[in-house]
Amino acid sequence: MLIDSLTVPQSEFEAGTGWRLKPQGACKGDVCIPITDRPTGSGPDMMVDVASLANQLSLPLVSDDAAGVWALGPDSFGTRTLMTAESPNLMLPDLDGNQFELSSLRGQKVLLVAWSPY
Amino acid sequence: MWQALRTELNPAGLEIVTVALETSGAEACRPFIEAADPDHPTLIDQHHRMAELFGVVNIPNGVWIDENGSIIRPAEPAPAPPSIERPAANPFAGVEPPKHLTDIMSEAVKIQTSGPQYESALRDWVANGPASRFALSPDEVVARSQPRNAEAARGQAHFELAAHLEQLGRHVDAIPHYREAHRLVPDNFSYKRQAWSLEPSGGELTGPVSRFWQGPLEGESAEWPYAGDWLTEVRDMGAENYYPTWRP
Repeated sequence: MLIDSLTVPQSEFEAGTGWRLKPQGACKGDVCIPITDRPTGSGPDMMVDVASLANQLSLPLVSDDAAGVWALGPDSFGTRTLMTAESPNLMLPDLDGNQFELSSLRGQKVLLVAWSPY
Repeated sequence: MWQALRTELNPAGLEIVTVALETSGAEACRPFIEAADPDHPTLIDQHHRMAELFGVVNIPNGVWIDENGSIIRPAEPAPAPPSIERPAANPFAGVEPPKHLTDIMSEAVKIQTSGPQYESALRDWVANGPASRFALSPDEVVARSQPRNAEAARGQAHFELAAHLEQLGRHVDAIPHYREAHRLVPDNFSYKRQAWSLEPSGGELTGPVSRFWQGPLEGESAEWPYAGDWLTEVRDMGAENYYPTWRP
């Protein structure tokens, strides 16, 4: 996920990384990792410290100083891209910029195809 | 490309979603999508988010997901059905193509795919669901998904920065991050194809075919910003190994 600040709303962190912050730690599927930092603030404005969480969850945090942005990469605990067979919720725009959520197709079988014009 | 299969299998409960891994964005994809005139969702993935989430390392790739959102087969080569007219399908009618491109085409024809097997497996799963012999267990889905170590994860973050800078029009600033992505995730061929395809093509090519040059211009090897290029890497690996063999 791309960020221009190292403090982001909890919801943004969770949507971007797939890790949910729960009382028992940061969780993805059945896996929970204890964390020492808790979100600060309250309600929908709870903020998290990305650098600290990246360190605790071994997520790579790389920056482009000139552009003033960071990219927070994925976890690699499981040695495989998928930690569980539960599908991640891909959210992307269509040709006209309308956002589409893969999860909107629950109830149907889906063939998800990656292609490119190059 | 996939529309005919979608028309056939949608009544039986299958939806197809195509995702264009294309940092340049929607306009580079539009001619292909409009030519295919699909009924199914067609998404644009400028940061190769699908690669990061699902372990796609080359294109085309497919992932099967069931009615409950469980992955049934992780990312694997998914040859596009050979039905469609691509725009500029024969840009060289009556003209001698540049040698670099004929060299690429002579490698490309050696690439092996398993389209008919893949399509019949898909039909079997749509008909039989979990009872299909092509439906994998959750453990097998995880085990067959692409390996990812800490270096690869870091490389994916660099690719995302490169894609971001590209979209800001800062191509030159993006190159070091593409290079890091290539170094750290060497088995991700779409990261390479993406970056190579954004460099100038030779032979006065225009239109979609110019994206396939993916290498230094004649006599300008020193200016090429990447460690590899399509023709050299495919010759080194052997075109027949371009895609892993499809396993039922």
